[in-house]
Amino acid sequence: MFTLDSAHQLKAKFGDLISEPAEFRGEITVKLADAEQIAEVCGFAKMKLGFEYLVDISSVDNYGEDPRWTVVYDLRNLTNNAELRIKTDVSEEKSELPSVLGVWATSNWHEREIYDMMGIRFRGHPDLRRILMWEGYPYFPLRKDFPLAGKPTNVPEVAFTEISPMEGGPFVTLPSSGDAVSREPRVRNPE
Amino acid sequence: MQTQSEIGYNSKIEGDVVITRIDAALAWFQKNSVWPMPMGLACCGIELMAVGASRFDISRFGSEVMRFSPRQSDCMIVAGTVTYKMAGFVKRIYDQMLAPKWVIAMGACASTGGMYRSYAVLQGVDHIIPVDVYVSGCPPRPEAVLDALIKIQNQIGKEPILSKLNLVAKLTGSSKS
Repeated sequence: MFTLDSAHQLKAKFGDLISEPAEFRGEITVKLADAEQIAEVCGFAKMKLGFEYLVDISSVDNYGEDPRWTVVYDLRNLTNNAELRIKTDVSEEKSELPSVLGVWATSNWHEREIYDMMGIRFRGHPDLRRILMWEGYPYFPLRKDFPLAGKPTNVPEVAFTEISPMEGGPFVTLPSSGDAVSREPRVRNPE
Repeated sequence: MQTQSEIGYNSKIEGDVVITRIDAALAWFQKNSVWPMPMGLACCGIELMAVGASRFDISRFGSEVMRFSPRQSDCMIVAGTVTYKMAGFVKRIYDQMLAPKWVIAMGACASTGGMYRSYAVLQGVDHIIPVDVYVSGCPPRPEAVLDALIKIQNQIGKEPILSKLNLVAKLTGSSKS
């Protein structure tokens, strides 16, 4: 299997930095122990293993755990139709790791989005501005400790925000075998 | 052989003169040429296009002239989710429209924020601009938008335009009357 071979080649090249490949539902994930090496690992995966396409970068907030952040890189080899996932942990104190912009140009906006939503900085990114929210917005709204209803802010002449009324929400669905009416999202206060 | 057939409007028989009040005439002109400013921000914008297309045909009500310049339009149709990032631009475009001007909040999102109870979405466009008609629906049927337009037309039809202008003239001192 091509992806598994690639993961083993990564491990052969980088040694203990790369974990044993974990397989879940046919998808292979390796964990990189040191986030500072992410650009080298990704460069090797692209140049030597043929993962020329970066599908996505995403980030996970493991709120209450240490290290707090997990950054996930989804790689695709178009020639062999193979996908490889690389995960790496970043601590909250640091909240920084190298940019992979030198490997895939497409990571530009992915990294900006993670910076905007999660507040993880990418060292070496030439233009690390917010991409969805506006310059001057003081929070990182996808963090677990940020309330869904938002917080009041005001940047004069740019934008303001207010706390949105939840009015009994958030609206949740419960697993059931009932009909569409009983399954649809409703206010369900915890008992 | 000369035929004597009269087709259409005969001014000799029916006359040239219509008698009305000038307020009523002005309101009649105005209400049948409400030019919309299509503020299509989300999926309601697609439904707004259907209102303009042949099946529903907003031109039956004199509003087919969608103006993409705020300076040429009378009625802003806010169709879709107004995010906080967009709110400033919606306000600025509304400010650039010339009075008299009207606003239709089309759909749940523009009216109240809709299903987006979140940090990113303005909870109703009436937080930043005055709204004349709210249209329910997610998205509303095109008929509902036409109904909102008719409601605005009825509103315009009752407005004493001339006396309002006189009042403005008095307040600003730009006229001797």
